[in-house]
Amino acid sequence: MEIDPLIFRLSIFILSIFVGYYVVWSVTPSLHTPLMSVTNAISSVIIVGAIIAGLSGNSDSVFNTSSIFGFLAIALAAINIFGGFLVTQRMLAMYKKKKKDK
Amino acid sequence: MISANLSAIFYLVSGVLFILALRGLSSPETSRQGNLFGILGMVIAITVTFLSTGNFSSGFIFVLIFILAGGSIGALIAYKIPMTAMPELVAGFHSLVGLAAVFVAISAFLNPEAFNLGTPGNIKLGSLIEMSIGAAVGAVTFSGSVIAFLKLQGIMSGSPITFKGQHPLNAIILISIIVLIYLLCSTQSSNLFWILLTVSFLIGFLLIIPIGGADMPVVISMLNSYSGWAAAGIGFTLENTALIITGALVGSSGAILSYIMCKGMNRSFFNVILGGFGATEDTSSSSSKEQRPVKSGNADDAAFLMKNASSVIIVPGYGMAVAQAQHALREMVDTLKKNDIKVSYAIHPVAGRMPGHMNVLLAEANVPYDEVFELEEINNDFANADVAFVIGANDVTNPVAKTDPQSPIYGMPVLDVEKCKSVLFVKRSLSPGYAGIDNDLFYKENTLMLFADAKKMTEDITKNL
Repeated sequence: MEIDPLIFRLSIFILSIFVGYYVVWSVTPSLHTPLMSVTNAISSVIIVGAIIAGLSGNSDSVFNTSSIFGFLAIALAAINIFGGFLVTQRMLAMYKKKKKDK
Repeated sequence: MISANLSAIFYLVSGVLFILALRGLSSPETSRQGNLFGILGMVIAITVTFLSTGNFSSGFIFVLIFILAGGSIGALIAYKIPMTAMPELVAGFHSLVGLAAVFVAISAFLNPEAFNLGTPGNIKLGSLIEMSIGAAVGAVTFSGSVIAFLKLQGIMSGSPITFKGQHPLNAIILISIIVLIYLLCSTQSSNLFWILLTVSFLIGFLLIIPIGGADMPVVISMLNSYSGWAAAGIGFTLENTALIITGALVGSSGAILSYIMCKGMNRSFFNVILGGFGATEDTSSSSSKEQRPVKSGNADDAAFLMKNASSVIIVPGYGMAVAQAQHALREMVDTLKKNDIKVSYAIHPVAGRMPGHMNVLLAEANVPYDEVFELEEINNDFANADVAFVIGANDVTNPVAKTDPQSPIYGMPVLDVEKCKSVLFVKRSLSPGYAGIDNDLFYKENTLMLFADAKKMTEDITKNL
C-alpha cells in the first residue's frame, strides 16, 4: 500500500517546527524585533497561493469572484513582503559595533 | 511551464533560504546577509509559481499590477515608519498575513478546480479540513491583530476590557468553531463556511480586548505565531512545501517569543491570555496608599551625581519610547563617556511593547550593540555600579518582586537596580506602573526622583554635565 502524500507533508511540517525551534532559540534577544518583522515578511510567501488564485480566471474574464479574492490577497501579501523585508533591512543597518578609535 | 517535481524542488530551496534568513539573526553581523537570503527565497518562490502555472495571459499583467501596487505601499511604509512605532507596524503586518490567508482560502473554496482540490460542493475532505483550519486561524489573526494595532496606536484604550461571562462566551465560541468545521466538512455547505469565518473574526476580537497594554509583547508574539500556523494550514491545502516550512518556522518562532515574554513576567501563558492583571489593580494600590517621603531632585543634582561616578548603568523602558528620548539619552551618554565614565545599558526582556523594542530604539540612536546587555548578563553589575539611571521603566525594577510573596509581580525577574550606590529615577509622577503596585525603589535612601519628561530631563542633565 502506498503512503499518502499528506504524510510526507506532515513530516516536513513537524521537522520544520523543530528546525524553527532550535534556530529561533539561537537568535540573540537584541534582534527579536527584526526577527518578528522578518518572520512577517517570509510568512507572506502565502502570495504563492494568492497568485494561483488570481490566475484562476479564464481568458474571457480575468476577474471572477474567486480571482478577485486572489488579487486582493496578492496586494496584501505584497505590502507585507516589501514592507517586512525593507523595514528589517533598515533596522539591521542600525546595529553597529563600538568604534575602536576615539 | 515547468514540471510539478521541479517546482517542488525550488519551493524546498526557498524554504531552506528562509531557515537561513532566521539563522542569520543569531548575531548582528550575519543578520544583514540573512535578510538577503530571505529576499532571495521569496523571489524564487514567486518566480517558480509563475513558471509552473505557465499562464502569461492578461491575468498575469494584473498579478504584476497588484504586486507592484502592494509593494509600493509596503516600501513607502517601511521607509516612513518611525522606529518607536515598530510594535504597531508589526501588529498591522500580522493582520495583513491573516487576511491574505482568509482570502486565499475563500478563493480556493469558491474555485477548487484552480487548485486541483476537486469541484465546488465536492472538495476533497483533507483539503477542506486544512482549508477551513487555515481560514479560521487567519481570521483570528486578522481581527486580533487589528485590536492589538488599535491598542498600540492609542486609538483604543490600552486598559483591559472585561465583562461578565467573558470566559464562558469565548469557550462556547471556540467549541462552536470546531463543530462548524466538522459540519462544514461533512456537508460542504458554503453557508457554513461564511459562518465559520464570521465566528472566527469575532473570537479574535474577543480574545484580545481583555489584554492590557503592557502585556502587548505576549500578544504580538502570539499573533506572530498564529500568522505562521495560518500560512501552514494554507500550505497543506495548496500542497506547497515553501508555505508549510515557512508556516512551521514562523509558528514556532512566535511561540518561543511568547514563552520568553511570559517568563520575563513570571506569568503563565494562560494567565496573560485570560487577561487577569487589570482586575487586581484597585485592591493592591489602594491598600498601600500611605504617604512615604521621597527625595526629589533636579537636573543639576543628577548631573553632579553622574559626574562623580565611575560607572553608570542605564535602564530604559517604555516611557523612553513614548518620550522619544533615545537620541537625547545617547547625547548624555556621549558626554559621560568623554569624562571617562563607563556606561552600559540594561534591558529587561519585557521592556517596551514588543520583544527587542528597546534594542531597536537604542540602535536607532547609534548606541553600539555591544554596550547593551540583557538582564542575566548585567544583573550582577548593579552592585558595583555607582549610578543607575532609570528612564521610563518601572515595574521591571521593583524589588518587591523579590521580597513580597503577596505582590502580583512576585517572582518576576527584575533588574537589581536598588543595589547601585545611587539610583536616578526619571518619571513624570509617583503614580504606580502598569501592574498597579507601588515601587519601593522610590522611597529608598539612595534614590533620587527626577520628576520630568524623560527627554527634557535628559537634555537638561547633558547641559549641566
